[in-house]
Amino acid sequence: MNLRFVTRKVLAALATLAFVICFNFFLFRVVEGDPVANLFRGKNLTLEQRLELRKQFGLDGSQSEQFVRYLEQTVQLNFGRSYTTNRPVMSDIWERAWPTIALVGVSTLLSTVFGVMIGIVAAWRRRSKADYGWTGFTMATYAMPDFWLGMLLLVTFAVTLGWFPVGGITDTGSDATGLAKLVDQAHHMFLPALTLTLAYLGEYALVMRSSLLETMREDYLTLARAKGLRDVVVRNRHAVPNALLPVVTLIAINFGFVLSGAIAVEAIYSWPGLGLLTYDALRGPDLPMLQGLFLVFSAAVIFMNLVADLLYSYLDPRVRTE
Amino acid sequence: MSSTTVAASPRSIAWQRRRRALAQAWGLYRRHVPGMIGLSVLLVVVVMALLAPVISSHSELDVVNTVDHQRWASPAQVPPLGTDDYGRSVWAQFAWGARISLLVGLAATIIAIVIGSVVGIASGFYRGIGSAILERITEWFLVIPFIPLAIVLAAILGPSVRNIIIVIGITSWPSTARLVRAQVLTLKERLYVERSRALGASTRHLMGRHIFPNVSPIILANLTLTVPVAILSETTLAFLGLGDPTRASWGKMLEESFKAGALTRDAWWYYLPPGLGIMAVVLAFTLIGTALEEILDPRLRESRR
Repeated sequence: MNLRFVTRKVLAALATLAFVICFNFFLFRVVEGDPVANLFRGKNLTLEQRLELRKQFGLDGSQSEQFVRYLEQTVQLNFGRSYTTNRPVMSDIWERAWPTIALVGVSTLLSTVFGVMIGIVAAWRRRSKADYGWTGFTMATYAMPDFWLGMLLLVTFAVTLGWFPVGGITDTGSDATGLAKLVDQAHHMFLPALTLTLAYLGEYALVMRSSLLETMREDYLTLARAKGLRDVVVRNRHAVPNALLPVVTLIAINFGFVLSGAIAVEAIYSWPGLGLLTYDALRGPDLPMLQGLFLVFSAAVIFMNLVADLLYSYLDPRVRTE
Repeated sequence: MSSTTVAASPRSIAWQRRRRALAQAWGLYRRHVPGMIGLSVLLVVVVMALLAPVISSHSELDVVNTVDHQRWASPAQVPPLGTDDYGRSVWAQFAWGARISLLVGLAATIIAIVIGSVVGIASGFYRGIGSAILERITEWFLVIPFIPLAIVLAAILGPSVRNIIIVIGITSWPSTARLVRAQVLTLKERLYVERSRALGASTRHLMGRHIFPNVSPIILANLTLTVPVAILSETTLAFLGLGDPTRASWGKMLEESFKAGALTRDAWWYYLPPGLGIMAVVLAFTLIGTALEEILDPRLRESRR
């Protein structure tokens, strides 16, 4: 991969990040009216409390002063203190990031593997019963709100059957360590991970299906068949590797988005990750926390987009020469 | 009245042609089975939403009127769908909630499509600094994660149906813009557009006669595919507590049923109907959108045969 291509992509990602940081600043100031008044609607505040809150939000001083101060703090990853825990926002986010990364990582892996398999079956036997069945299934899971699917699984497997815990990451009061702790956590992760896997599987299946259908029109597949290769070999050696390209980029991009998309599902299973943190911050509303989360989520998507771009150009040389 | 005898004006010829094209498209659509299924499901839901005042009682939605009603009554005890933790009729919430869910889905889509089409056409048709800036802004909005942005916006603006529509509308336009832009870029290079330009056609003429009529089918198909996304977004935002606290919607029903503990009580009549309703509407719009895409895009139509 040539250096100029990489530099250009990295610079573009940094420019996007700069845009998001500036956008975040104006988001809380350009809106009509007083953000403090809007956020604390219905709560009686004295004038002093109001002024104090304005100061906490960095709403005192001139606009340019506010902007410079905001930039300084953002560069130092200082997003202020949470209203509810009174701890630095960044340390809360850091602590909660790992459960989310684990949950999203596992679900992304599973949904890709199964999604790709479904896509292959559906495309290779197009218009067969299997195609209609799987395409119908993926469309149905896509049409469900992900948290509603989570509610259904929770009722069935946790409340009614009692096979899995209803929420959390470990049994309350459990002081297990080592392997026992890991097993306990996996037991708790099963239902939320299943929910997210089912919710995201459809997209991979549909992308894989249409990509493979596209590839199946290529001349080199006709050639492979003309050489007398078996159907399975044509599929696994010639068609699928080429059709996988769009799926690979989709994985990277989605991983960034799914980090923030798991908010409602984490809330259903009280999975102590970034999603539950967002859900709780909304109750306050814990504004510094929301701002910090918004920046972290955006940065994750921008970073994963960059990874996707670089990965794609590595896998598909045609992009580089463009 | 005299149009049958007098030589047809260019305008009336154009209209005749459009009507014929429309009739032909409808003819194709009618034979598209999944598309017709989607349309029928949607019709049923729309009729139910419009008839909400007739088929259910609005007063059943207000806690004040239901204090003496039985709480958590099952559908067998209080037909048709039982009651919730305040004794309110679930059926009334479902019927009135359909209105808000459909309204938010459609209105937010219209905002998104208008912004997306204008930005897409402008950045595709014109060249220069302005177009480059529009393109970058589109790219930026594409990478800003939608749900966190919508959450922050809704939290700042305050919860109301109007604000939810605005929030979903202004966060969902970039994909439309990108699609329309790509189409305009290829249209611009077509021979007939170049010829028209060489004959001295104004920008307005090119836009009105060549560019817009040719991107409008894509915009229409994209519109029907944006509605389900908007409806699902409304559901998520309502579930996170950002919906209008005074109006029932399907998303809000799910939020309230979850908070009231319908899951542990096994009050399925409270959390199943709204989810099934959302699923039906989303599937209906997806089927209609895919059907339109196949009919309006000649390349896809060919590959179906």
